[in-house]
Amino acid sequence: MYRYDEFDHAFVTERVAQFRAQVARRVSGELSEDEFKPLRLMNGLYLQLHAYMLRVAIPYGTLSALQLRKLAHIARSYDRGYGHFTTRQNIQYNWPKLGEVPDILAELGEVEMHAIQTSGNCIRNTTADPLAGVAADEIDDPRVYAEIIRQWSTLHPEFSFLPRKFKIAVTGAPNDRAVTRGHDIGLRMHRDDTGTPGFEVMVGGGQGRTPIMAKTIRSFLPVDHLLSYLEAILRVYNQLGRRDNIYKARIKILVQGVGVEAFAEMVEAEWRHIRDGALDLPAAERDRIAAYFAPPPYEDLSADCPALDGAIDADARFAAWVESNVHPHKRAGYAIATISLKPHGGIPGDASAAQMDAVADLSEEYGFGEIRISYKQNLILPDIPKADLHALWLALDSWGLATANAGRISDIIACPGLDYCNLANARSIPIAQRISERFADLARERAVGDLSLNISGCINACAHHHVANIGILGVDKKGTEFYQITLGGVADENAAVGAIIGPAFDEMQIADAVETIVDVYLQQRETDEPFIDTYQRIGPGPFKEKLYAPDQAR
Amino acid sequence: MPLIKHGKLVEDTWHDTDDFADVQALAALGPVIVNLAVWRQHRDAILALGGTLGLRLAPGQTPDIVAADLHRFSLIALEFARFTDGRAYSQARLLRQRHGFKGELRAVGEVLRDQLTFMLRCGFDSFSVDTKRQAESILDAVAEFAHWYQPALDGAATIPALRRRAVDRGEAAAPAGCAANWAY
Amino acid sequence: MPTNSIQAITANRLSDGMVVYLTAQGQWSERIRDCQSADDPGMAEALIAQARQHAESGQIVGPYLFKIARQDGHPVPLGRREIIRTTGPSVGTDLNRSKPRE
Ligand code: HEM
Ligand code: SF4
Repeated sequence: MYRYDEFDHAFVTERVAQFRAQVARRVSGELSEDEFKPLRLMNGLYLQLHAYMLRVAIPYGTLSALQLRKLAHIARSYDRGYGHFTTRQNIQYNWPKLGEVPDILAELGEVEMHAIQTSGNCIRNTTADPLAGVAADEIDDPRVYAEIIRQWSTLHPEFSFLPRKFKIAVTGAPNDRAVTRGHDIGLRMHRDDTGTPGFEVMVGGGQGRTPIMAKTIRSFLPVDHLLSYLEAILRVYNQLGRRDNIYKARIKILVQGVGVEAFAEMVEAEWRHIRDGALDLPAAERDRIAAYFAPPPYEDLSADCPALDGAIDADARFAAWVESNVHPHKRAGYAIATISLKPHGGIPGDASAAQMDAVADLSEEYGFGEIRISYKQNLILPDIPKADLHALWLALDSWGLATANAGRISDIIACPGLDYCNLANARSIPIAQRISERFADLARERAVGDLSLNISGCINACAHHHVANIGILGVDKKGTEFYQITLGGVADENAAVGAIIGPAFDEMQIADAVETIVDVYLQQRETDEPFIDTYQRIGPGPFKEKLYAPDQAR
Repeated sequence: MPLIKHGKLVEDTWHDTDDFADVQALAALGPVIVNLAVWRQHRDAILALGGTLGLRLAPGQTPDIVAADLHRFSLIALEFARFTDGRAYSQARLLRQRHGFKGELRAVGEVLRDQLTFMLRCGFDSFSVDTKRQAESILDAVAEFAHWYQPALDGAATIPALRRRAVDRGEAAAPAGCAANWAY
Repeated sequence: MPTNSIQAITANRLSDGMVVYLTAQGQWSERIRDCQSADDPGMAEALIAQARQHAESGQIVGPYLFKIARQDGHPVPLGRREIIRTTGPSVGTDLNRSKPRE
């Protein structure tokens, strides 16, 4: 994985010193809150309901064991012993003190991490396929380009005060695990007929109150031109994006307003001026960064693993975990293991310091000391020999980290909601807890199969409820929490926005409503048909009918 | 208002006003900065005065629309209506890079310490700062970072360029590959 | 806002972000029971003016008025948001604010 050189180290150190001085100027009264707020946000520091919240970037979702131990240490020493992994490959601490934040950032700098641009109206932490480098379906490793984008976008002089936040995601595989169309810019790597690597460039995706899937403005951009092309997009947006209305300030509104063809033409016109210039990626620099992502020293293992087969036969719980949480690796004899941070009845995405330390240890014991953070708010161990899966699972189980639900209905993406968030209309975590408890029975959850369920506590849609098969949105009706359901959202390469099914349910009804939806699906599905296919085949009617039937207590 | 130019606190010799009786009155003011509307309305009369001219562009007024006249101005002032309104950064780069503007590029409006380096790197070379702020403290901001990642207009070598030099000198360390090679 | 609603002032402390309430002595307390209540709009105005000065001088951030009721002589917040602000997150109570930091 990427390692800082002297320049990266110096930069992050200077950034910490700068923020330390800014905090001191805030405390001394030299800076007002209005002046300080954009500065702290660009260092990931929010002020939430109960306390400050620090959001730390996990660039393209890759961590070393050492870095994860540092995250655990920070949770223990500066926070309340836990952290919250988010769907954008960040970790959030909910209780830091203002004066200690520079110390936290300095500690992060020691392990080559930072919180730069995890908030604010700037280019945010660039996310990537969490299975980059190991997925069997990968064409190219997106992390190389995510790192190049990270460096280019860091304290960009022109694009640090954009109309609104700006999120970029990169995938190198046809199966999109990074929701690229849900971002301001989505980049999908592929190769043209000559084998030259490049990107499909998608622009104008976003969620919030106006969910829109990004449109392709260029089907193939050779990789050398990546940064000049991004600069052209950002320059058009910086000048023309709306600044008078925060709800209309995202690039998606601009693209929608001028039309995708006209927008593409503006970008191409700007790009013609700046392409083939200082931003072109010299092959040497690209190769230098790519070398950091060279594969680890894999052993030559057989694809068959009798030990694994035996363990699967002997232990039904383990077999269920392998079925849902283990994915094919591009290397024979290896597997990718998802560590669910969604225990039934637990807080989605939360991990205690002890759990983080344990995962760091396990990543070294069974893998190459590397951990990934997924869109689904789970941890992933990317390089586990198949023969070690059972031992790994036993160890995870002892830490409460072996829930066999990856991709299942209880693998819920949930935002912090009203329990932590200043903007919330309703709580999301307790709803997630209640629903996941309903599906705690392993056999039942397996019978339901793959199904995504996401819960956001307000229309900002931080938990991506719009692109969940079952999306739940918390709303406030005269002081009471209500939950609106959308069905049919999809977050993969066929990304689609779900449709509202009908009137909202209250806190006591919402878990029943989810069960009703699942029951309809189970009755209507054809053999092995996943929920989303059934929904697309039969439409919302049967669900609506059952949900709002007169005999349903609402 | 205090003015910082080329890293020093200097006397402002320009007269920046939207408030004048008629175009002839401008002649008496010395070097004068006019806004785009005034320029468009009185262009020929102002040119006939023959004085040293500056132009002030509001956010959203792209330099492209006065491209043909840019050589007539010794100074262009770009307005930061709010410090969070970042349009002037793009305007500045376009002026310098696309239109080759060589004159003084001045930041006016909400010009604060913590945005100074961004402005410098986008090609601004003078800064009209609020009286209540210490112009000296603003200048400290310039020293906060030694190097940056992106090519910009401050003429400094970027981090990628410095890396290439290190490689050419044979000083760069070999990449470490996977996480297992993290040695501390 | 009906005149009979009682209000108090809350904010977050600058130094650690903790939820605080303006007291009768013009201090900021973490305990809602210490809050100064305003029974009429005039008093509410005076309190928020005082709180804004404290925000200006940098003790606290984002002061605002919110509605309370009195139960057994103690102020209690009205509305879910303010209830959660006084009690801490309703989930993971083992990790709650009432628990001292490890
Ligand atoms: C707790 C403090 C948080 C605040 C104040 C916050 C604020 C916001 C706001 C205002 C938006 C809407 C942006 C827009 O429509 O332009 C948004 C969107 C989003 N946030 Fe958050 N958020 C928070 C936490 C999180 C967390 C925990 C996650 C990850 C789980 C997250 C991920 C996202 C995502 C993925 C979006 C949608 C992206 C988009 O709008 O295109 N946020 N957030
Ligand atoms: S969706 Fe709303 S409630 Fe949830 S974290 Fe985002 S802003 Fe807060």
